[in-house]
Amino acid sequence: MATTSTSQQATGSSRLARSKVFAKRVLYKGGDAEKARANIDLIKVVSAKKASLLAPAVTPRPKAVRKSQNTPSLRKSITPGTVLILLAGRFRGKRVVFLKQLKSGLLLVTGPFKINGVPLRRVNQAYVIATSTKVDLSGVEVDAKFDDAYFKREVQPKMKGTEEEFFGENAQKKEHPAHKIADQKVVDKSIAAAVAKTPYLASYLASNFSLSNGQAPHTLKF
Amino acid sequence: MQGSFKRLVEVGRVVLINDGAEKGKIAVIVDIVDHNRAIVDGPTTGVARQVIAFKKTVLTDIVVKRLPRTIGSKALAKFLEKEQVVEAWQKTAWAQKLEARQRRAAMSDFDRFKLMRLKKQQRFIVDRQAALLKKERA
Repeated sequence: MATTSTSQQATGSSRLARSKVFAKRVLYKGGDAEKARANIDLIKVVSAKKASLLAPAVTPRPKAVRKSQNTPSLRKSITPGTVLILLAGRFRGKRVVFLKQLKSGLLLVTGPFKINGVPLRRVNQAYVIATSTKVDLSGVEVDAKFDDAYFKREVQPKMKGTEEEFFGENAQKKEHPAHKIADQKVVDKSIAAAVAKTPYLASYLASNFSLSNGQAPHTLKF
Repeated sequence: MQGSFKRLVEVGRVVLINDGAEKGKIAVIVDIVDHNRAIVDGPTTGVARQVIAFKKTVLTDIVVKRLPRTIGSKALAKFLEKEQVVEAWQKTAWAQKLEARQRRAAMSDFDRFKLMRLKKQQRFIVDRQAALLKKERA
C-alpha cells in the first residue's frame, strides 16, 4: 500500500480512508487484536504538535531550473538564399537575401548593400514575407563572426541632465565603423556574384515591394 | 427548334463544372435526372460519373453528336477522343481565359516582377512604332 508521508498531511486529518481504517483496525469478524496494535501508526490522526515535530528540520532546496531558452524554429519556407520581403522597420518593402538564423532566432539578412542599400542586419521572421525565389548560395560561406554580439549597439556614456545633452550640442554624428564597412563588402561580393547569374534578379532585389489595386496579400503566391 | 436559347441541356452536351472538388473540369451529360440534375461523366478529364445539379455547372457550346443515352464510361471515352472534345474545349477563348487566370494566380513575386519588366519593354517598342506611324501620316 502506498503511504503518504506524515509531514505532508494536514493536521487533524486521517491518513487513511474510512474503509482502510476499518481493515487496519481489524474490526472485521474474527479479527486479531495483535494485528490492530501493529497498525496503530497508520490509523491514528496526526495532531498539530506531532506534525510540527515530524516536519523536516532543514527546508528543502529549491529545484534546479531545467528550462532553457531555445532558438525559435525557422519557418520552413526560409532557407539560406531565400529572398525575403521586409515588412517593418526603416527598410520595409525592401527585398533582401537571407543568410542564416542567429542564436537569438533573428534572421541575418543583407540587401546586398550594393544592390539595394540594405546592410547586414538582423530581422525578426514574423516581419518578413518569404518568397519562393532563392539565390544560390552554395558557394558562399557566411562568417561565424556574424552573431548577435556583432550587432549589439555600443553603449555611449550619457551626460545625463546636462544642458549639452538636452540641446544636443556638440553631438557628433557617429561614423559607421570601418571594420563593418569592410565586412559588408566581403559578404556582398560573393552574394552579388550569385545574384548576377540570374537575369533580372539584381533589379528585382533593387526594387521595392508594394501592392497595387486588386491585389490582396493573402491571395497572392510569393 | 432552338428559339432564343443557344445551349440546351441534352445528352452529349459538354458542361464546365464550377463548384466542388472537380471545379474547372469539363464533363459530358450522359443522362438527365430531372429538371435540376443530370448524370455527367468525364473519363478523359478526371471527372467521376456522378449526379450533379445544373446549378454547379455551366453549359458550353460543345456537343458530342449522336451520343447514346446512359452510355458507359469506357465507350464514352472513345467518343470523346474521336470527337476531340478536350481539344475543342481548349481552343475556345473561354478555356484559354480560365487557363491564363490560373497561370497568373500561380505566379511568384519574382515572376510578377519579370512580367512587369517585359511588359514595359513591349510597351516601349509598340508605343514608339505607333508614334512613328502617326508622324508619317500627319
